[in-house]
Amino acid sequence: MWFLCVFYHRLLDFRKPEVEALAELFGEEDESLQWRLPEHHHNDTPFHFVRLSSEEIAQNIAKRSILVKGMYELWGEGTCYEELKDSIETFPDSRKLPFLASDSTFRISVETFGKALTFDEQKERIHSLTYIPFEGKVNLKNPDHNFFLMEMDESEESNGLPPIVQRRIFFGREVGFADRKLLPTFQLKSRTYLGPTAMDAEMAFLMANQAKAASGKLVYDPFVGTGSILVSAARFGAMTMGADIDIRVVRDGRGPDCNVWSNFKQYGLPAPVALLRMDNNVPPWRSGLKEIFDAIICDPPYGVRAGGRKSGGRKILRGTVDPYTVPEDKRSGHIPSTGAYSLVECVHDLLHLAARMLVMKGRLVFFFPVLRDESGSEVKFPEHPCFKLVAVSEQILSSRYSRVLLTMVKVEPYSEEIEEAARLMHLEFRENHLKWLEEGNIHSSVFKPSTDASQIHTESKSFKDPKPKYRGKYV
Amino acid sequence: MRLIVHNMLTCNIKGVVNKFPLRIEAEKVIKKEVDFNPDFLRHMLAKIEWKALVDGARSMGYTELPDQLESEESYSFLKKFHHALLELHLEEGSLVCQETGRKFPVEKGVPNMLLHEDEV
Repeated sequence: MWFLCVFYHRLLDFRKPEVEALAELFGEEDESLQWRLPEHHHNDTPFHFVRLSSEEIAQNIAKRSILVKGMYELWGEGTCYEELKDSIETFPDSRKLPFLASDSTFRISVETFGKALTFDEQKERIHSLTYIPFEGKVNLKNPDHNFFLMEMDESEESNGLPPIVQRRIFFGREVGFADRKLLPTFQLKSRTYLGPTAMDAEMAFLMANQAKAASGKLVYDPFVGTGSILVSAARFGAMTMGADIDIRVVRDGRGPDCNVWSNFKQYGLPAPVALLRMDNNVPPWRSGLKEIFDAIICDPPYGVRAGGRKSGGRKILRGTVDPYTVPEDKRSGHIPSTGAYSLVECVHDLLHLAARMLVMKGRLVFFFPVLRDESGSEVKFPEHPCFKLVAVSEQILSSRYSRVLLTMVKVEPYSEEIEEAARLMHLEFRENHLKWLEEGNIHSSVFKPSTDASQIHTESKSFKDPKPKYRGKYV
Repeated sequence: MRLIVHNMLTCNIKGVVNKFPLRIEAEKVIKKEVDFNPDFLRHMLAKIEWKALVDGARSMGYTELPDQLESEESYSFLKKFHHALLELHLEEGSLVCQETGRKFPVEKGVPNMLLHEDEV
């Protein structure tokens, strides 16, 4: 069945992957979900047709999503009201009549995109629909059935929406919509315990949806920090577990009522089954352990605002100094020194962990930073033979760099042979990555000052911006 | 720290052979109620090292678990499993490596598995 899916006009790259992940979560079969663009619409449009196998799945997807403004059973469409009338009259009565019954209540709302209509203009449009045999009573507050008349005019980019060539009108019955109330409830502003890199609520929920977090599943975050990502997974019913190398964040927080545990208590969510202090580079997992997590969701340190750390002090890792022995009396309470942990090595360890510890078809969802290159060259992402990359969603952070949410599904079981192939892939990736970044790290590329005034001017002229802006902003 | 995670941890000091399980030295154990979810428990049952779980539960003061895994997963068995796996919480204590005697402290419920410079 085809549904009209209307998205909120933000985080454009994240919209369709969210629907696809949720479709899979609610039982839609592989390959049967399809997308279609309405005539004359640009790919960034809020309007998309999606084919799903039942209304129940469509409703479940919409309710659990963050970016679906509404999912509608389309009764008709057209470029003008006459065409709309013909289209609606062609829609089978057997599909219409159950929702027009005299013992039900309904409401018709008029929505326009890119312009505003007066109350009278709206009423006029609603009255033009008298050819639809509504028999029920009108209930504006809480109707059984909610109908929407949506009008989108020809526009240029100036109104903040993607340009369309010709006016389009849709009429449909609402099947479901996103519960955006989650966002003010979970917003970071009112979170008890925050850190500088805590994930904002909207993005954390999107990540949890990409990972298909749900009741009965175990979700792991190896860079848990203040637990912002796990909170969203817990809200969707998953059991959570987290680890971090920084003991102050994970064990102490800022006090007995201001720590990771209290973040869960604040929302009445079950606490994580475990919080650990460990080094992902030297993990303490028992060797027979595998395929235990249903999803791994994380935001690894990019080295821009927070750098990764691993065991071994700076000098030890370079080999300047031999690993020293801490005297017996100083051992307890000793905080081992840690050294720099490059992004590439960090991601390799993450892929290795996920390859071993994820169940088959389990999902690895993580952010990877990319420099926004002037030449617009192909960006290469880390790969692993156990994984298939199913979604890539970019979020622009500044003029210099963005982060990309990668969703990978485990399709091959872990083995020694695969580990060897993965190691070679990693070496190749590391070499290319170093070539691509000056000085080998993102931090300096993000924060390097522009060289001189004239050069900035010419650079900005030749900078070809592949991502369109809406009302001067990236969405 | 709950037994679910104790069941996953080893002593990964370089050169150690007898890494698992870590012996629990309990100083403060509390019981925290967790919602009963049979699907989750069955998924975990397949991954758990049973003997380590039984011994770990004993160190925390819970002796109701059967020594052998029952072939039939009765409701009462699942309840006991649930209690041992998720509801026993080690707030303070340590995890001790059976071979070297190295203690990994557990403070405020968080085990510290970080190795010292000469153990990596």
